Amino acid sequence: MGDVQVTKRQIILPKHFWKVAILLSLLLLVTIAASFIFGSRTISMAGLMDGLFHPDVTSHEASVIRQRIVRTIFSLLCGAALGVAGALMQAVTRNPIADPSILGVNTGASLFVVCGIAFFNISTANEYIWLAIAGAFITAIFVFTIGSLGASGATPLKLVLAGAATSAILSSLVTAIMIPRTNVMDEFRFWQVGSVGSGSWDNILLFLPFLIVGIVIALLTAPALNALALGDEVATGLGVNTVTIRLFAAVGAVLLCGAATALAGPIGFIGLLATHVVRLVIGPDIRFILPLSALTGAIILTIADVCGRLLGSPGELEVGILTAFIGAPILILITMKAKMRAL
Amino acid sequence: MNNTMLHIQQSRQKRKRRYIAITSLLACIALLLCGTMLMLGNTIYPVRDVVRVLLGHDVDGANFAIGTIRLPRMLAGAFAGFAFGVGGYVFQTMLRNPLANPNVIGITAGSSAAAVFCIVVLQASNTVISIASVVGGLATVLIIYVLAKGASFSIGRLILIGIGIQAMLNAFISYLMLLANTHDIPTALRWLSGSLNGMKLESTYPLIIAVIIMTPLLLYFSKRLSMLELGEQAATSLGVDTNRTRIVLIVGAVIILALATATTGPIAFVAFLAGPIAQRLVGSDFSNVLPAGLIGIILVLAADLIGQFAFSVRYPVGVITGIIGAPYLIYLLIRINRKGDL
Repeated sequence: MGDVQVTKRQIILPKHFWKVAILLSLLLLVTIAASFIFGSRTISMAGLMDGLFHPDVTSHEASVIRQRIVRTIFSLLCGAALGVAGALMQAVTRNPIADPSILGVNTGASLFVVCGIAFFNISTANEYIWLAIAGAFITAIFVFTIGSLGASGATPLKLVLAGAATSAILSSLVTAIMIPRTNVMDEFRFWQVGSVGSGSWDNILLFLPFLIVGIVIALLTAPALNALALGDEVATGLGVNTVTIRLFAAVGAVLLCGAATALAGPIGFIGLLATHVVRLVIGPDIRFILPLSALTGAIILTIADVCGRLLGSPGELEVGILTAFIGAPILILITMKAKMRAL
Repeated sequence: MNNTMLHIQQSRQKRKRRYIAITSLLACIALLLCGTMLMLGNTIYPVRDVVRVLLGHDVDGANFAIGTIRLPRMLAGAFAGFAFGVGGYVFQTMLRNPLANPNVIGITAGSSAAAVFCIVVLQASNTVISIASVVGGLATVLIIYVLAKGASFSIGRLILIGIGIQAMLNAFISYLMLLANTHDIPTALRWLSGSLNGMKLESTYPLIIAVIIMTPLLLYFSKRLSMLELGEQAATSLGVDTNRTRIVLIVGAVIILALATATTGPIAFVAFLAGPIAQRLVGSDFSNVLPAGLIGIILVLAADLIGQFAFSVRYPVGVITGIIGAPYLIYLLIRINRKGDL
């Protein structure tokens, strides 16, 4: 049993952990720089410096840069949240294809927010962040229950199908509620595809507590999730209460992706992408996957946002479209590599 | 011995009678719905007026409402419904899994993406759009098949890959919408879940011609399809050229699916629902191409009537079929999961 100790004392770093961490940090810096520099409008160097370091300058260029700073921070935080949420969901469901969008959790959050806007006149982010989280949580439980019926438990195929079906019905309902209400449609439009353009300091402040609580839950449950990866029986043998841990970790995941979805709209595939890349490089230990997945998620979302600004110029291409476009091939790749039995 | 033979023959005869009875009943319901589509609207016209307009007589006011607005809508709905029903049934039977249908694995999304590309970027004519949507559908099938083939083929893998492809295609469609600056929800809805609004008579012609040509072909080859259902080896030993049958069926099904999609958009879940419902109603002793097609018509027209008249607001047909269809998909999933067949 020596190999499967789950105490915190025997942390053995994966081989490439520091190399990967440093590389990702460098990439993060490049990403941030790119996000400041590129956009539908070209900004001069002086404008960039003004925006960054001279808060008293009120030129147009400086204010564009300041807007980009807010947007960048927002997208980094959302990306990190989605990266951790994906890693948690994959650990909880013990399958590599779990992601808030694939499991339909995003759509659940959407439906609740639409209902809030349409029937209860809710209009502040502060209120609908809770609705989104509630919707995400109920959907997550529903999808997981359906996907894990039967003898073989929650296989990736069953979960994905349950997610796709749930997502289909929920999005039909969203449309049905939206069509007669043009005012809801306007308010809700940015949601349809997901965008970090709505980032503001208020939203960031609103988002932070959820991010922190979610990450703390993730770190607390990580050792037990590692045990869970060995199978429910082994985990129980190691003294892990599998039901409690699953529920606790799922709450963490839902807080993260629900809050991100409430503020930025349903952005898909970040969790899948980030966690998969990280796991490929540093192996299966969830304690190390979590921080690197957060980093990778932040980088991917921000790069996708920058690309969206460049591709969609003079407007912007919503980031949700781009992440689906680069994330879906990863889903296909995982499927192709997976052994038949594992599906 | 003789007695048993007689008994088998009798019960087969009985089932055949049942098949014919139910198919005729479905045809009657479909026709009834077609008539209702022409009669109902802002003004309700009696049957006599509808018939006279169809025969080419002049009826005050009714000519425009029925001939220009309701007839194209009805034709598009009926033929698209038939195409989705038949196409869905063919795929479900061939892959021996109700979940492996053109909606779930992204074939209709492929046609839809190609059609939208032609409309938005190339501003192409109807002919080009039709051809492109067929090419798009076939290309999607090919890509999914090649990717799923790999080392060992499994339906599960194929479905998952299809879902991935569909996610990409839908993202692409959303991108094209953005390019076109038609960020309005109705247009987006049409290409993501299907709608019969604003249908013109000319744009239904390719679909109608394709359905009329392809249906006999599919009917003929689907006799062999029921042998394919027995499994590869059994079919071969019964003298079926399995590969050729498959290719003809796939190409034929994709052509009508693609043209239906190019006309109305991928009306959600019709291709998925028609096959299983047909099987429920008439059993699986005979090829269910015709019943599945008829159920497709009934689903689309009934959903469109509900969408138009049941609420104070008009909903596009795809929203209604989505709300009806998705719960059935979930129900089916629960059943399949319980049995552990997947």
